[in-house]
Amino acid sequence: MSLWLLLAINSVTLGGLLFLLSAGFSLIFGLMRIPNLTHGSLFMLGAYFGASFVLWFHLDFWLAALLSALLVAAFGAAIEFLLLRRLAGSTLAQVLVTLGISFMVADFCLMVWTGDPISVATPAGLRGTAPFLGLVFPIYRLAVILIAAIIAALLWFLIDNTRLGAMIRAGVDDPQMARVVGIRVSRLFTLVFALGAGLAGFAGMIGSPILSVYPGLDADMLPLALVVVILGGTGSLLGSLLGSFIIGFLYNFGQALVPELAYFVLFLPMVLVLTLRPQGLFGRHAP
Amino acid sequence: MSENGSRAVNGRAKAVALMLAAGVLAALPFWVSGVFYVNISSQILIYAVFALGLNVLVGYAGLVSLGHAGILGLAAYAAAIALAAGFGHAEAILFALAATLAGTAVFAALALRATGIGFIMITLALGQILWGLAYRWISLTSGDNGINVAARPAPFGFDLSDPNAFYYATLVVFALALAAAAVFIHSPFGASLKGTRDQPRRMNALGYHVWLIRFYACLFSGLLTGVAGILFVYYNQFISPQTLALTSSAEVLLMVISGGSGTLLGPIAGAALVVIVKNLASAYIERWNMLLGAIFVAIVVFMPEGLVPGSVRLARWALKALRPPAAGGPSQKAEAP
Repeated sequence: MSLWLLLAINSVTLGGLLFLLSAGFSLIFGLMRIPNLTHGSLFMLGAYFGASFVLWFHLDFWLAALLSALLVAAFGAAIEFLLLRRLAGSTLAQVLVTLGISFMVADFCLMVWTGDPISVATPAGLRGTAPFLGLVFPIYRLAVILIAAIIAALLWFLIDNTRLGAMIRAGVDDPQMARVVGIRVSRLFTLVFALGAGLAGFAGMIGSPILSVYPGLDADMLPLALVVVILGGTGSLLGSLLGSFIIGFLYNFGQALVPELAYFVLFLPMVLVLTLRPQGLFGRHAP
Repeated sequence: MSENGSRAVNGRAKAVALMLAAGVLAALPFWVSGVFYVNISSQILIYAVFALGLNVLVGYAGLVSLGHAGILGLAAYAAAIALAAGFGHAEAILFALAATLAGTAVFAALALRATGIGFIMITLALGQILWGLAYRWISLTSGDNGINVAARPAPFGFDLSDPNAFYYATLVVFALALAAAAVFIHSPFGASLKGTRDQPRRMNALGYHVWLIRFYACLFSGLLTGVAGILFVYYNQFISPQTLALTSSAEVLLMVISGGSGTLLGPIAGAALVVIVKNLASAYIERWNMLLGAIFVAIVVFMPEGLVPGSVRLARWALKALRPPAAGGPSQKAEAP
């Protein structure tokens, strides 16, 4: 019984992390019409930066997470501003550039942090388990779920209730028309790219006590983000949320029940969605 | 670009160039010194077949796949598993080709739900799933340890364990693959494929089944990729999940793009370039992936049409600059969107 409960908690935790990762991915896709193939690298970079702040400079865990999120956001903004903007109008070239950068980041991380996995200690005060109703819950995982929920709510508010959110929604729906009515869509691109990158970096750091940090983390996370967005539909926060939890559950239960075919289990909902509803569960247009 | 005017002359020049190239390649083991270089030449030819296969999609169908290493790996694993199970070489090769075609059909049926960027995303996800299977399905693939292939085949009494013999076998397969690709591209079907790339709606209105044409193109691409996969597994006598990683898919895409997609010879030049740079680079530096990424970014930003068409463009431009300017000015050149 407690095995199932633990699996369920792990699934929700992974779902929360995946939401932080894929919300940015989905927004970038919705707005700029490109899958950002550096997204896994940004996640890994955030984890490595945060781990270094904690291990080398002995910073507080949460401060390290914030700092690494800011650094990764700045890196994302630089990619958009320096490279992607030059290639505006050629989506294929933009995708290939993000792919090229992801290799460079992966190799850079291997060079700086070597191939050994780094484990980050769970922040003090959130270690151990909490008993509740006769069951035990790992506290840190609950904290991650709570953080993901808060960020989801904030993103919701940002997209649905602010002027910036209205501009982003306009850009997602019809970039040309948004430009015509005076929205600076290019500036939005940089902003959304930085936001998505920052969220990915933050997710990498708060995920590091659970997943640890290792070379190849990027290649593990990117397909998950892709599958989430294919499932949920591009440019939709609700789609990302639902897709993240579906994938979180499938991945954890798949790994526990059919470890050899864990990746294959992810493939099934993707097949279903692609055959029945190619634009994704909540997507407005097919990718 | 029109080539109606000097077609006959072009054709003869092409034939001569082709004979020359064939002669140079056939004599290669005699003029390069050492097994190392013969093996590198074999590698180039294998990757050239792979790149030809991907180019059918990227260059002629306008569909960019980032999961092709998965298909190559599928063929290689199928052959290795069949051999490990005790089947003969002919059965293993046939089984691998059949498995590749079946796998590609599933792959294509899913990926062709979308075109453009969506196609890239789905092929990437599918390729990663194949990688995950190779990595995790340990009872079938031995996971990270990979599968060894005990011996190379000996068709018609030629023992392919000798590097020169293997080179010749690869050359023959490569020539066949190139000929098949050329026939395919220049056939009416190839023309309709290019039609679906440039004007899918118009092709649809003209009564062509756009989806089916793309599907067949995927199958043909998968077949060439499967052939490359079988050559690959016999060349290395080993297959591991590393071969299916996203870097491999990106490498072959770089071959196609750097050589110039949508040309018959571009991917071959690209394969030679990437294999040579990779081998040279690995002799001096450890950081091949960094270099691969940097080349990718540089080519996409500075020479988006590829090295072969890029050089042709530069040569044309130089010729024009040398000639006195014609009256009336040049006609406006159509740019690909």
